[in-house]
Amino acid sequence: MTATTSVTGAPDTPPTTGPPKRRGGILSKIAAPYKQSHGVQRFMLVTGTAVSLIIVLLAIFAPLIAPFSFDTYQADGARFPTQGEPSDVNPWGTTVQGFDVMSRTIYGARTALEVLILAVVFSLAIGVPLGLISGYVGGWLDRIMVLIMDALFAFPYLLLAIVAAFLLTNTIDSGIVVTAIAITVVYVPQYFRVVRASTLSAREATYIEAARAMGAKPSTIIRKYLFGNVVQSVPVIATLNAADAILTLAGLGFLGLGIQPSEAAEWGYDLQRAIADAGAGIWWTALYPGLGIVLAVTALTLVGEGLNDVLNPTLRRRRIKRPVISSSAVGPASAPTTEREAG
Amino acid sequence: MSAPVATQTLIEVRDLNVHFAINASFKARVTGRGGATVKAVDGVSFDLHEGEVLGLVGESGSGKTTLGRALLGLVRPTSGSVKLRGEELVGLPERDLRPKRRHLQMVFQDPHASLNPGMTLQTALAHPLQIHKLTSGDAETQAKVRETLELVGLFPTQRFSDSFPSDLSGGQKQRAAIARAIITGPDLVVADEPVSMLDMSVRAKILDLMIDLKERIGLTYVYVTHDLASAKFFCDRVAIMYLGRIVEIGTVDEIFNEPKHPYTQALIRAIPEPDPDKALPRDLPRGEIPDAARPPLGCSFHPRCPKAFNICGWEARDLQTMLESRWMDLGEDRYGEERPLVGDFSKLKSTEHDAFLPAGSGKDPGELLALLEKIRAEEPDEPMWTGVKEMHAEAHGVRVTFEPGIDPPLYETGGAKAACLLYKPD
Ligand SMILES: Nc1ncnc2c1ncn2[C@@H]1O[C@H](COP(=O)(O)OP(=O)(O)OP(=O)(O)O)[C@@H](O)[C@H]1O
Ligand code: SF4
Ligand SMILES: [Mg+2]
Repeated sequence: MTATTSVTGAPDTPPTTGPPKRRGGILSKIAAPYKQSHGVQRFMLVTGTAVSLIIVLLAIFAPLIAPFSFDTYQADGARFPTQGEPSDVNPWGTTVQGFDVMSRTIYGARTALEVLILAVVFSLAIGVPLGLISGYVGGWLDRIMVLIMDALFAFPYLLLAIVAAFLLTNTIDSGIVVTAIAITVVYVPQYFRVVRASTLSAREATYIEAARAMGAKPSTIIRKYLFGNVVQSVPVIATLNAADAILTLAGLGFLGLGIQPSEAAEWGYDLQRAIADAGAGIWWTALYPGLGIVLAVTALTLVGEGLNDVLNPTLRRRRIKRPVISSSAVGPASAPTTEREAG
Repeated sequence: MSAPVATQTLIEVRDLNVHFAINASFKARVTGRGGATVKAVDGVSFDLHEGEVLGLVGESGSGKTTLGRALLGLVRPTSGSVKLRGEELVGLPERDLRPKRRHLQMVFQDPHASLNPGMTLQTALAHPLQIHKLTSGDAETQAKVRETLELVGLFPTQRFSDSFPSDLSGGQKQRAAIARAIITGPDLVVADEPVSMLDMSVRAKILDLMIDLKERIGLTYVYVTHDLASAKFFCDRVAIMYLGRIVEIGTVDEIFNEPKHPYTQALIRAIPEPDPDKALPRDLPRGEIPDAARPPLGCSFHPRCPKAFNICGWEARDLQTMLESRWMDLGEDRYGEERPLVGDFSKLKSTEHDAFLPAGSGKDPGELLALLEKIRAEEPDEPMWTGVKEMHAEAHGVRVTFEPGIDPPLYETGGAKAACLLYKPD
């Protein structure tokens, strides 16, 4: 017992770098990528976020901002002209059905937001638990799930969405929900894959075995130990998928599936109705919904890629911070020494 | 250390086996047959008395961690029995094992990885209490957490209970991990190299803490380490492991003062001597640790054993090793002379105690036999020759017959028990 007891060294003192850092609230978590990014990354993130926010605001306050409702075809008792040029009453003109283009475009943002939120919620609710369970439990269950998800993933996404929308149209009344589910079917495999992959690596962590050693049930381990460490990869896929989802939504609308024209304004559907107009020199019916799609997709892609650059550790190159020596780093002189020879 | 307080048996291990299938083919996985296995733990038996500290010592890959995990049911034993106070644990479904985990805890090697980075110590330590419903109400839980933090020397507890693992030093993390292990009031704590990843300066303090805790709350430890010096300081009894077996087990006195097994003797000689004047030449056993998936015949230590003799389990692989290491030492010329006489080693055939060494193409097997006889005459000290019963030339090579080997169980030696044929009763 001589060799080891004689070892001496710096006493093991309590953390002296100031009071324990609080893991910041949600707000500071959201702000973190913006603070960590710089240069082009930051530009992408900030622009994307700004444009996305504007679209979201338009969507939320559509009834206040748009001059009319999306299915209004008359004002003050006078019917709008069909395919009417931009005028005082209809600033962006009217469609072939005599609706106001500006109102339909703004309401289109609302539809897109509704569908997106529903689709992301559905995808998260299905993809994340499946990925966690599949990755943690492993074995046959895992193999079957991977097989199904890979099959879904290999399917052309628009075709998959069309089939899903087609099958659901008669069972569910709301076109918004039908479209959201169709989009969910397309994107669940991606959430599943990412979550399963990070679960597989987190599962090997010692603290997971420690949790098992303390007698925690698998469901508890998944909830309390895996979930928090695995979901961090989800926001990036969610924003990246959101851009894709807008395209799928427009594609479905273009094909006349999902949302019924009487139900909501939808950019893809409006584009499709405007195809014939373009040849006749009527540019306004296609331009504005088209711009809506392009802006929304670009903005979300910028946010997604920007977040990916910042949060993905393999790509991360953080700004090097100069170390700040604060007075507390020296530690309070009265800090009690924890260590005392115990034996 | 104090003499073992020989009271009741806490844990009784009998013939415990843990085998892992490695790179099993699809067919092997489906049928559960065929494919190679690693015998990480291979027929281990011992008793653990209440309040004692048993050290598991061995080189890397000897199965120490796997044995420790198997005791706690963290890895499923292939066969055998582990009894906690007479109650069988092997074969219990996970569901029935979970309530038992309260009594069986583990401290892991890497303190940085064994705490959930997203939990404060308060949450992390409270969780075992909640799982086993040991406290009622938040106030009681919090009080218990604080009390345990104080017990492991993490105070002011107020401050530490709100810290995240990333706020702590390595030693403090290990203290927190120990706190988490003892908070349920376990009987057995398996500590898997608890100090090997820590700074030199805190190692002794952590071991002191563990001894202190043992006395204060009545723990029994299994201490896994590859560091004999710390085992001497910390343990009451020591088990030396080699390739999944316990090759020697005895009290600290017996193991350190009169090691019986040649492997233990080599390990003890290899302990670094703090005084450079007294330092002996370090002779770790020659050769490499064999592939665990294909352990040697007979006594699995025989390829490295300086005392090996005829019944230790000589086989074809030893013949190849002997020739190769000879050529390594001899240099180009002799290698050029001798190598052509011997055929392709991949065609070396062996059945039980019998090896067929093919002659080089176009060479006379008689010449090969002559070479082997010459080597035997030149190197009579090579222990392998004690096990060669007969050599004779055949059509395309030489057949070498070995003495049948014996796989030694643990023999009584008058001190520690050792798995070595030198102690085989007649
Ligand atoms: N899950 C596993 N699957 C396959 N083989 C394994 C597994 N765990 C351990 N092994 C093998 O079992 C043998 C014993 O491993 P173990 O980790 O118990 O050794 P150890 O004595 O703890 O070594 P170390 O000192 O390096 O920690 C090794 O050959 C290892 O490769
Ligand atoms: S049985 Fe004993 S003498 Fe023989 S090889 Fe094994 S350890 Fe060496
Ligand atoms: Mg180990």
